[in-house]
Amino acid sequence: MTQSKTLYDKIWDAHVVHEADDGTSLLYIDRHLVHEVTSPQAFEGLRDAGRKVHAPDKTIVVPDHNVPTTPDRVDFIKDDQSRIQVDVLAQNVAEFNLPHYYDMKDVRQGIVHIVGPEQGWTLPGMTVVCGDSHTATHGAFGSLAHGIGTSEVEHVLATQTLIQKKSKNMKVEITGKLRPGVTAKDIALSIIGATGTAGGTGYVIEYCGEAIRALSMEGRMTVCNMAIEGGARAGMIAPDETTFAYVKGRPHSPKGADWDAALNWWKTLKSDDDAQWDKVLTLAAEDIAPVVTWGTSPEDVLPITGTVPDPSEFQGGKVNAATRSLEYMDLTPGTKLSDVRIDAVFLGSCTNGRIEDMRAAAEILKGRKVKEGVRAMAVPGSGLVRAQAEEEGLADIFREAGFEWRLAGCSMCLGMNPDQLAPGERCASTSNRNFEGRQGYRGRTHLMSPAMAAAAAVTGHLTDVRELLEE
Amino acid sequence: MEKFQTVTAIAAPMPLVNIDTDMIIPKQFLKTIKRSGLGKNLFDEMRYHQDGTENPNFVLNKDAYRNSEILIAGDNFGCGSSREHAPWAIKDFGIKAIISTSYADIFYNNCFKNGVLPIVMPKEVVDVLMQDAEKGANARVTVDLEAQTVTSSEGQVFDFEIDGFRKHCLLQGLDDIGLSLEKADHIAAYETQLGQSRPWV
Repeated sequence: MTQSKTLYDKIWDAHVVHEADDGTSLLYIDRHLVHEVTSPQAFEGLRDAGRKVHAPDKTIVVPDHNVPTTPDRVDFIKDDQSRIQVDVLAQNVAEFNLPHYYDMKDVRQGIVHIVGPEQGWTLPGMTVVCGDSHTATHGAFGSLAHGIGTSEVEHVLATQTLIQKKSKNMKVEITGKLRPGVTAKDIALSIIGATGTAGGTGYVIEYCGEAIRALSMEGRMTVCNMAIEGGARAGMIAPDETTFAYVKGRPHSPKGADWDAALNWWKTLKSDDDAQWDKVLTLAAEDIAPVVTWGTSPEDVLPITGTVPDPSEFQGGKVNAATRSLEYMDLTPGTKLSDVRIDAVFLGSCTNGRIEDMRAAAEILKGRKVKEGVRAMAVPGSGLVRAQAEEEGLADIFREAGFEWRLAGCSMCLGMNPDQLAPGERCASTSNRNFEGRQGYRGRTHLMSPAMAAAAAVTGHLTDVRELLEE
Repeated sequence: MEKFQTVTAIAAPMPLVNIDTDMIIPKQFLKTIKRSGLGKNLFDEMRYHQDGTENPNFVLNKDAYRNSEILIAGDNFGCGSSREHAPWAIKDFGIKAIISTSYADIFYNNCFKNGVLPIVMPKEVVDVLMQDAEKGANARVTVDLEAQTVTSSEGQVFDFEIDGFRKHCLLQGLDDIGLSLEKADHIAAYETQLGQSRPWV
């Protein structure tokens, strides 16, 4: 009798190039995504050692972190260091003969984790890595996808493999159906609220259950994207008809006989019924509300109907951390979250910069205006998302509501480009991290779904989107 | 990579939990195309005021801790992004070992690629070492990787666990890529088989 396996076990087994006696394995990498921030030192390492890129055809390159999102970027990036990084990426692409490169002028350019799936590079059963922690996004396709450091970027460039030890298996099941106004982002944040930011450390998470199955690929990508915020090595969702329908016909997805063969294998990619789990978390979808973060860690999650907590409610080191967070966020315990005023709204990022996110925000914004004094920005995750939003009339809704409608990039998720918060500014953001200084020096971030961010834009304070849905 | 040697040095206490990589090295310093020179910006937003002057309250700005080579930190150190700039900055500052109850996965990996040793200890031990570190420059802690021990300034010895392969690589200063390229035949064989089993890859 064969041993029962999880989805992670199956993908792992299919990629082992060599296994040492102690379990240290050399794992084959099917797709390597490369951007400008974490790659220059890796290419320099190759150059110094006289090494080549082992598999240029499996290497996908796109600048995203530094690129401005204003139309003038095509002529010139004003910031010297940002320009140098983007230029160095182009030089490395030329020097190492990398064929799959989407530069700023290419309509397909965007955030690397949005471009990969869009172009059909990300497929079920693959190993996908990138020098970026949000590589977890690609797990939505039933692939093993995770972030790596620059030394490992160099290792993959040189060998198309990674030295790995296997993680443990964790199952996160979301049972039942989501209530109106509750989205994939609320699932992602609620899981982290339940596990803490270290709850997934040492594990690969498989998300399953009725509520996960009901999500679109966009929603699944949002959930897997934030696996890293729960500390997990990777998050994944078994591929199904929703996955196959998304993948089919993409520029780099298999065609003809290859498609048939691929589909046959992909259909086997699910955890066995009797698979063993090292850890299990189950949440009922009905219990998940629209949530926001109040502090400076993604685990600081509460329903929008809640109040700012008192640090004394916590245990151990979290007491001091919460005290520090509230001081940084300028919040007083007991304040209703829906009374917290905001200065800025950011819609975008690899977490929520896809077409479905644009639609969800536009649905709230249609016929409404951004509150006076609030600065709101919509940054599509790729040039193709932007084009589709234009075509669907969403861009007009954003502009009419008073949003700035930008070009694609990581933008204010981390503010490596000029899109940053000013000190003290408070932002309703669809991004993934509310760390101190993340969106700008002394900037304050509240994480939430696109619909919730749109609702906050309209009212000027954190808002329960369900109130706007009922109107 | 340099071989990891036994360290006897001042340990700086940072009891905060969830110290993230944005705190360790903020985004504006990720624009470099070099590995070196990031030490002066380690913990930049905690260490300096907005006008660039030092925040005298920050531990590494206190005279006793300016030459720290060991960090004792709260739970889940290094959470957040994959930026290897975090261990680059830590190493460039002169920190050779970190002691905490837990680390984020990618940060933990990145440390080993740069000769920095992240040590995992139970909460009780981290608490003892944190108190020891509070004593300042007179309290020297010893980290011995070969013996897998940390010795407090009072002479208390604590054992720690570490993966055998990682330990070997640190002690010998081995280059991962060189090791993997020794398995080039295995990689070639895998790729040949891949052409048949998953030709669409």
